[in-house]
Amino acid sequence: MLETATRGKKSTRSKAAPHERFLEAFRWMLLARTLEEKLVSLYRGGLITGGVYIGKGQEAVSVACGLFLQKGDILAPLIRDQAGRSAFGEPLLDVTRTYLGSRQGPMRGRDGNIHRGRPRDNQLAMISHLGAMVSVTVGALMAKRFRGEKNFVGLSCIGEGGMQTGAFHEGMNIAAVEQVPLVVVATNNHYAYSTPNDREFACDDLVDRAIAYGFEGYSVDGTDLAKCLDVIGGAVKRARAGRPPQLVVASILRLSGHGEHDDATYVTDEIKREPFARDCVKVAEQAIVDLNLADAETLTEWRRDAAAQVDQAISTAQKEAAPEGDEEDWCAISTRDMRRRRSCSAMTNAFLSTDKMLAEHSAAPLRQRKVSRRNFPDAC
Amino acid sequence: MVGTAIGAAINGMRPIVEMQFADFSSTALNQILNNAGTHYWRTNVSVPITVRLPSGGTKGSGPFHSQSMESIYAHYPGLIVMTPATVEDAYTMLIEAVGIDDPVVYCEHKYLYYHLKADNLPTEGLPTGRARIAREGRDLTIVTYSAMLHEALAVAEQLVNEGFEIEVVDLRSVKPLDTNTVLASVARTGRLLCVGESFPWGGATAEIIARVTAEGFHLLDAAPQRLNAKDTPIPYHPNLWSAHRPNAKEIARKARALLRE
Ligand SMILES: Cc1ncc(C[n+]2csc(CCOP(=O)(O)OP(=O)(O)O)c2C)c(N)n1
Ligand SMILES: [Mg+2]
Repeated sequence: MLETATRGKKSTRSKAAPHERFLEAFRWMLLARTLEEKLVSLYRGGLITGGVYIGKGQEAVSVACGLFLQKGDILAPLIRDQAGRSAFGEPLLDVTRTYLGSRQGPMRGRDGNIHRGRPRDNQLAMISHLGAMVSVTVGALMAKRFRGEKNFVGLSCIGEGGMQTGAFHEGMNIAAVEQVPLVVVATNNHYAYSTPNDREFACDDLVDRAIAYGFEGYSVDGTDLAKCLDVIGGAVKRARAGRPPQLVVASILRLSGHGEHDDATYVTDEIKREPFARDCVKVAEQAIVDLNLADAETLTEWRRDAAAQVDQAISTAQKEAAPEGDEEDWCAISTRDMRRRRSCSAMTNAFLSTDKMLAEHSAAPLRQRKVSRRNFPDAC
Repeated sequence: MVGTAIGAAINGMRPIVEMQFADFSSTALNQILNNAGTHYWRTNVSVPITVRLPSGGTKGSGPFHSQSMESIYAHYPGLIVMTPATVEDAYTMLIEAVGIDDPVVYCEHKYLYYHLKADNLPTEGLPTGRARIAREGRDLTIVTYSAMLHEALAVAEQLVNEGFEIEVVDLRSVKPLDTNTVLASVARTGRLLCVGESFPWGGATAEIIARVTAEGFHLLDAAPQRLNAKDTPIPYHPNLWSAHRPNAKEIARKARALLRE
């Protein structure tokens, strides 16, 4: 597991009493919301290159995706999973370094925003192509099983748009065939960019597909944190206990543009009045007040704490150097001896004489020619 | 399939994915190119998968069971593309492929299954990235790989009767591409013909000519030439198929024209 971002209290994870876990989850949601609001303002101020994609409205679902995973479990987050990433243990600095282009981030400027990940720590680094990470999660779980590990699960996130890709179907199918301990959490936020549900799929309810895949399927109101913890936590538990793969379909409304470049004028007023359009952070906070789980002062203190952590992570990343093209290692393969051969051929370039090459490669009678002293193209 | 292999590879395994035919790997292009090929560069975690592609044409196989896809894979960063031409190389290079930390696209020509035999399997082979002079000569260099090696060698034998000594270079892998060995050979012969079984637009043969022209223009006594399959889908009927791919007759014709220049 990654080092978790610091908070007042140590995480008690899934063993916590329900209300403690609720509060813990709420704090991750607050942290994600605070961080993403800050990223948005940096983006608006022109301080972030590339897109900013946020999970506003999706925090309750997302946090539940990260919160029940333990050391050795696998998380394959997608673009709106800041809360889940943080709860799983992604350091805030990974986020700010990636967005702000620090050379010290996990992607070192080679990839940006939500594509970050730490595969060695079981946090998979998504590629853009939606649906592609489900089968990758399945493969990671198969490897663990081959090695005889026990008691692990993988959780792969997807949007309702991504659910309509061929890659997603292949991943679901192989997961069920292999009976790996997988949970797929599909968040139906009612749009894939500007495409509304009725142009995305024609079935009544996406969760009905679970049975066809050989999954167990559950639905959840994604604006209700307690229910998200219950349903997604339950799915993680069942997968861990050896039940078939689990599909959870959560219903929410995306409370931002697709990305921050998008003003989302296509989101209808009608849909904004739906119950699933509620803001899960507000709903959770109201529950905390109503049930008297924390007082106003504590809530203010948590907000301040989240803001301080975010500010710290941003100012650290802002001070760090950016990657430079002429210092980059422009080799996309890791195999050491191939790289050695590369540099070796680069060295030979300077000295290579026709004779030497000829002696090396042939004993046949030869015509003498001068070989170029310019760089030979890379061996790669 | 490739997605699961990538996930397993990230988690410490060394999976081998066997495509039934190279042609079907087009449905896995996304995972191979965009996931496996980018992973090390993006995350510093390498993806040691081997994707086996039974490649190339056979009689009666038609458009979807005959393709040679090495040039597509070689075009993308992050992949190693092996194209063995002999049983011995096929053996040592497959073992090497599994040991390599990067994704390897291993193009095994069906000709090797059906027509070639090795008396003994070698315990050691040339490392991938090193080409082999399959036949020495002084008048013309034919650079090729995979099953086309055998067509090229047949042509070289044939042209001995006409007084020509043709050098044949077996690339063994198209990525990494052993430009030095090719240049050294062209330095000896002054003439270059590249032969590949894949489609003619771009690709490995074009890459070799581009490199030799850029780096060894002064070594050339004649414009370098290339020979590939025709720019149509691969036909089913044996008569059409054998006219579609580069064959010994075509190679000999090109070689003679080059030698006379
Ligand atoms: C295969 C593929 N097609 C298109 C895109 C471009 N794209 C990026 S996000 C997105 C919308 C995805 O919608 P959904 O899966 O519902 O997730 P959401 O953005 O709503 O969270 C699209 C079309 C992509 N990344 N991958
Ligand atoms: Mg959506």
